[in-house]
Amino acid sequence: MSLNSLTIAEARAKLRAKEITAPELTEACLSAIEGSGAINAFVHKTADLAREQAAAAQGRIEAGDAPDMCGIPMGIKDLFCTKGVPSQAASGILNGFTPEYESTISQKLFDAGTVMLGKLNMDEFAMGSSNETSVYGNVVNPWRSKTSNADLTPGGSSGGSSAAVAADLCLAATGTDTGGSIRQPAALTGTVGLKPTYGRCSRWGVVAFASSLDQAGPMTKTVRDAAILGRAMMGHDAKDSTSVDMPVPDFEAMLTGDIRGQSIGIPKEYRMDGMPEDIAKLWAEGADMLRDAGAKIVDISLPHTKYALPAYYVIAPAEASSNLARYDGVRFGHRAALAQGDGITEMYEKTRAEGFGPEVKRRIMIGTYVLSAGFYDAYYNRARRVRTLIKKDFEDVFAQGIDAILTPATPSAAFPLGQMADADPVEMYLNDVFTVTVNLAGLPGVALPTGLDAEGLPLGLQLIGKPWEEGALLNTAQVLEDAAGFVSKPGKWW
Amino acid sequence: MSIDTETARRVAKLARIAVPEEELPALAGEFNAILGFIEQLGEVDVEGVEPMVSVTPQRLPRRDDVVTDGDQQARVLANAPDAREGFFAVPKVVE
Repeated sequence: MSLNSLTIAEARAKLRAKEITAPELTEACLSAIEGSGAINAFVHKTADLAREQAAAAQGRIEAGDAPDMCGIPMGIKDLFCTKGVPSQAASGILNGFTPEYESTISQKLFDAGTVMLGKLNMDEFAMGSSNETSVYGNVVNPWRSKTSNADLTPGGSSGGSSAAVAADLCLAATGTDTGGSIRQPAALTGTVGLKPTYGRCSRWGVVAFASSLDQAGPMTKTVRDAAILGRAMMGHDAKDSTSVDMPVPDFEAMLTGDIRGQSIGIPKEYRMDGMPEDIAKLWAEGADMLRDAGAKIVDISLPHTKYALPAYYVIAPAEASSNLARYDGVRFGHRAALAQGDGITEMYEKTRAEGFGPEVKRRIMIGTYVLSAGFYDAYYNRARRVRTLIKKDFEDVFAQGIDAILTPATPSAAFPLGQMADADPVEMYLNDVFTVTVNLAGLPGVALPTGLDAEGLPLGLQLIGKPWEEGALLNTAQVLEDAAGFVSKPGKWW
Repeated sequence: MSIDTETARRVAKLARIAVPEEELPALAGEFNAILGFIEQLGEVDVEGVEPMVSVTPQRLPRRDDVVTDGDQQARVLANAPDAREGFFAVPKVVE
C-alpha cells in the first residue's frame, strides 16, 4: 500500500513506531498530486513548504514531541488565508491575493506539526453544490459510474477537499460548511465530513460567506480521523467573537463503540417525495445497524424542515451581500481597467462585474434585494423568525430524549458535471435539502459513507447531534461506519 | 412579488455590479425563480416569534478599548491594486 493512502491514525502509529518518516509520507502525497491534474483538486501547490514542514515534523517526532497531527500531510481549502500562499476563495476578484497573515485554523494545524501540501479547489466563495463555479475550473470526482466514463461532480463547495481525500492525494483536508459544503461533498465521494457546532472553530482568516452559518471542519477517510483532526482544528480564539470559550474534549477517546440505550430519531419530514429507492434503502439499513448496536430508533417530527432551504436562501445571500461588499478593488485583489473619465462608482461596478462569477453575483444581488428598503421585514426578518422555529424543532426533540438524528446526506449520488447547467438555480440549491437545517440550528453534523448505489457510486448518511456533543456524535458515527463496513475506493483512471 | 427589468437594474446598481442592459431581463427571470421559492416562507405562522440574532445563546465578549495591534502600514498595503505614498489610491472622489 502506498503511504498516501494511509489514514491519519495509521500514519500516526507508523511515524511514532519509526516505520516511516514524515518526509517519506509527504513525498508520497506530492507524487500522487503530480499525477492528479485531471482531478484539478490542488490549485496552488506548496511542495517546498511541505518538505520544510515535513523535515521539522520529523525532528519533533524523533525528539518525542509529536502531537497527533505531527507530520500528517493535508490539503487546505482555498477559503483559508495562508500567509505567503495565494488564497483566493476560487474567485477572480481575489486574483493575486497573498495574505500577510495566517488563519487561526491553519496556524493551529501548523503548530501541531501538520504539513500543508497546497490549496484546494472549491466553489467560488463557497457558493455552489457541484464545484462548477470555481475560477480554477471544475473539480472531477475520482469516482466514476460502472456504466459511463462521464466526469462526475465531487460535490461542493468543498469539492477539491473531498476529491483530494477520496483520491488519496492527501491524508485529510480542511473544509467549510455554510449549508452543507462539507457533508454533501463527503457523501458524494465516499469520505467522512464533520461540521462542528457553530462556534467550535475560529472563523478568523477564513474568507467569510455567511457569518452566522459558516463553520470549518475536517474532511477525512474515517470517523476516527475526523475525531483527531477535528480536535486539532477546534478551540477558542479571541479574534473571532463568536468562537466559544469551552474546552475541546479528546473526541478520539470518546469512540467507545457503545451506543446502547441511545435514542436515534428518524425525522419523517426528510422522507421526500420521489426519494430514490437506493437512498431510502440506505437510510433504513442505517437505522437497522444502529438498532442492532443497541440504540432505540424513534420516529420524530421536525415540522419546519420544508422551510429551511427558503430561509437559508434569504439569510445566506443577505449576509453574503454584506460580507462581499469588501471586494471593491481598493485594498486587495482585482481592479478593473478604467476608461477615461470613470469615477469611483464605475471602478466598483466594473471591478465587481469582472471579478465575480455568475452565481456569486446572483447571490449578492438577491441579498441586496431582500435587505433593501421595503423588503427587509417581509424577507429578511421573516426568514430569521423561521430560523428560530427550525432551531426550536431540534430543541424539542432533544428535550424529548433524542440523542442523535439519522438522515440521508444527499438526495442523490454524484451527478455528471454540466448536468445542471441549464437548470433553474433553485434545482441546484435542492442538493442541500438534508444538510441546511443543521447550519440554521447551529448543530454538529457528520456525513459518512455507508453504501454504493446500483451504479457503484458512494452514498452517505448524516447524523445530527446536540450542540457541543461532537464526541458522542462521532461515537455513533463510528458504530455506523463499523457496521456498514464501507471499504470501497474509486478505481484509478486519472 | 414579481421583479421587472427596472427592479433588476436598481438592485444591480445597489450591489455595485455592472450588468449590461441586454442581460437584465434574464437576470430578472432568475430573481423571480429564486424569490418564488422564497415566497413559501409566507405560509409559516411567525406571530410572536423573535427573529434569531445568535444561534448560540451567548453574549458577545467585550474587551478593553485599547490598541492591540498596528504599525504595519507596508503589510496593510501589500495587496493593494494601487498604493501610493502610504495610502490606497482610487479615482478622484471629490471634485
